[in-house]
Amino acid sequence: MIPFQISGSEEVFISGRNIPHIDPHLTLWEFPISLYLFLGGLSAGILFFSAVVHLINKEDEFKGAAKWAPIVVPFALSIGLLALVYDLGNPFYSWRLYTTIRLESPMSWGAWVLLIVTPLSILWVMTYIRELFPVIKYENYKMPFLYKVEELAVKYKKYMALALLPLTIILGIYTGILLSAFNARPLWNNAILGPLFLVSGLSTAAATIILFAKSHHERQWFSKIDILLIVIEIGLIIHLIMGYYAGNEMQIEALDVLMNGEFTTMFFGLLVVLGLLVPLILEVFELAGFKVPVIIPAILILIGGLIFRILMVEAGQLSRILY
Amino acid sequence: MRYAMVIDTLKCVGCSDCVVACQTENDVPHGYCRDWVTESVIGTYPEVEIELRSERCNHCDNTPCVRTCPTAASHVIEGGIVLVDRDLCIGCGACIESCPYDARYRHPEWGTVDKCTFCVHRVHKGQDPACVSVCPTNCMYFGDIDDANSEVSKLIAVRKYKTLAPEAGTKPQIYYLI
Repeated sequence: MIPFQISGSEEVFISGRNIPHIDPHLTLWEFPISLYLFLGGLSAGILFFSAVVHLINKEDEFKGAAKWAPIVVPFALSIGLLALVYDLGNPFYSWRLYTTIRLESPMSWGAWVLLIVTPLSILWVMTYIRELFPVIKYENYKMPFLYKVEELAVKYKKYMALALLPLTIILGIYTGILLSAFNARPLWNNAILGPLFLVSGLSTAAATIILFAKSHHERQWFSKIDILLIVIEIGLIIHLIMGYYAGNEMQIEALDVLMNGEFTTMFFGLLVVLGLLVPLILEVFELAGFKVPVIIPAILILIGGLIFRILMVEAGQLSRILY
Repeated sequence: MRYAMVIDTLKCVGCSDCVVACQTENDVPHGYCRDWVTESVIGTYPEVEIELRSERCNHCDNTPCVRTCPTAASHVIEGGIVLVDRDLCIGCGACIESCPYDARYRHPEWGTVDKCTFCVHRVHKGQDPACVSVCPTNCMYFGDIDDANSEVSKLIAVRKYKTLAPEAGTKPQIYYLI
C-alpha cells in the first residue's frame, strides 16, 4: 500500500478491507473526457472563426475557414458527446441533464450550451453544403423538407453568426471552467484554466483551418493568427506555473506532478516542445519564406491540444487537498 | 436541527468495526467503502505519534458536491444530511471530483454515485448510524449539534477538537476530538 507523504508524516488506510477504488487515488475520468474537452474546444474555435469570417463578409477570401473546416464540427461534437455519455455511470439517464438548469454547476450550463450549439452547427453547414457538394439532393433521401430548413437557415445566417460568437466563446471556455470548478483538485482549481483552454481550443481550430485552407493567402493569415494564439498560450502556461509556485503547499505539491513527477516528460516533451514550440518555430519559418509543409505544424498543434487535455485531466485527478 | 458526528481519536483503536458495520447495513459492494479508518503517523520511532480516524462523508454545511451536481441529484435534507437521489443521478462523477474527502464512489452495478447517508433510515427511526452503534470503545457520538444539551454539543464544548481540511471551506460536520 502506498502511503501519502505529507511533510514528515504519513497516512495509511487500515480499513481492514481492500478499497482499491478509494485508495490511494481516485481516477474516475479517463480518456473519453479528455477527448471530449479537446473536440469541444476545437469545434467552438472553428465555429467562432467561421462566424467571424461570415460577419466581416470575407467568405470568398477565407473559404477554408468559412465553409470547409466547419464541416468537421457536427462530427467532432457528435463524437465528443458520445465519448461524454460513454463515460457516464448511468448513460441512459443522461436526459436528466435537461430536466433542470443549475447555474452553479458548469457541467449543467455546458450541457445546455451544447444542446444549442450542436444543432446550430448542423444548420450552419446546411447553409452552403449543397454549394460545395452539388450531388447532394435531399429528395433522393426522401427528405425534401430539408430544402425548407436550408432556406430558413440561409435567411437567418447572420443572426446565427451573431449568436455563435458568444455561444462558441462560452463553449470553449467552459471546457476549462468545468475542471477549474473543483476545489478538491488543486491542479484544476485556478482561474486561468478557462482562458487557457479557450486559447488552446482556438489554436487547434486555426490549425484545422490551415489544413482546409483553399489559398496561400488564407493559409498565411491563419498561420499568423495561430502564431499569436500559441504565444498567448505559452504565456498563460508560464503564468499558471508561476501562480502555483507562488501558492501554498498543496498547490506546489499539485504542480509537482507536472514539473517533477509522473507527467513531466509528457508535459515538457510532448506538450511544450512538440505541441507548442516546434509548430511555433515552423510557422514563423514559413512566414519568413522558408518552404515548410504546413501540414506538419498543424498536425503537431492538434496532437498537442489533445495531449494537453489528457495531461490536465489525468494529472489533476492525482492532486488533492492535503490533510 | 443539525446532525453531526463526534469521534474521539484518543479512544479509537482502529478495529474497523465501523467499516464492517456500514458495509453490512448498507450492502456496500465488495471493494468499496462508505467509511474507512485512517492511521496518521507523525514523526519516527521513538518520537512517534499515531492518530486513528474513522472517516466518511463530512455532511458539509457548504457542499461542493451539491454545487457541482448538474442534475440536482446530490442534495441536502433536513438536518444537513447530504444524500444522492438515485433516480436523478447520471453518474457523471462531478461530485466525486469535487469532494476533498474522496468520500464518494460510483456504484459498480447501479452506475450512480453512492456515499455515507449517516444511515438516514436508522436516524429517522431514532437510532444511531450503524458505525456509531457498533463501536466497541464507544468513541463515536451522533446527535444534533444545534441542541446545546446534546452529547455531541457538550463534547465539543469541553474537548479540544479538529475538523478535516477546514481550509477547503466546506464546513465539515464530523468533529475529531484530539
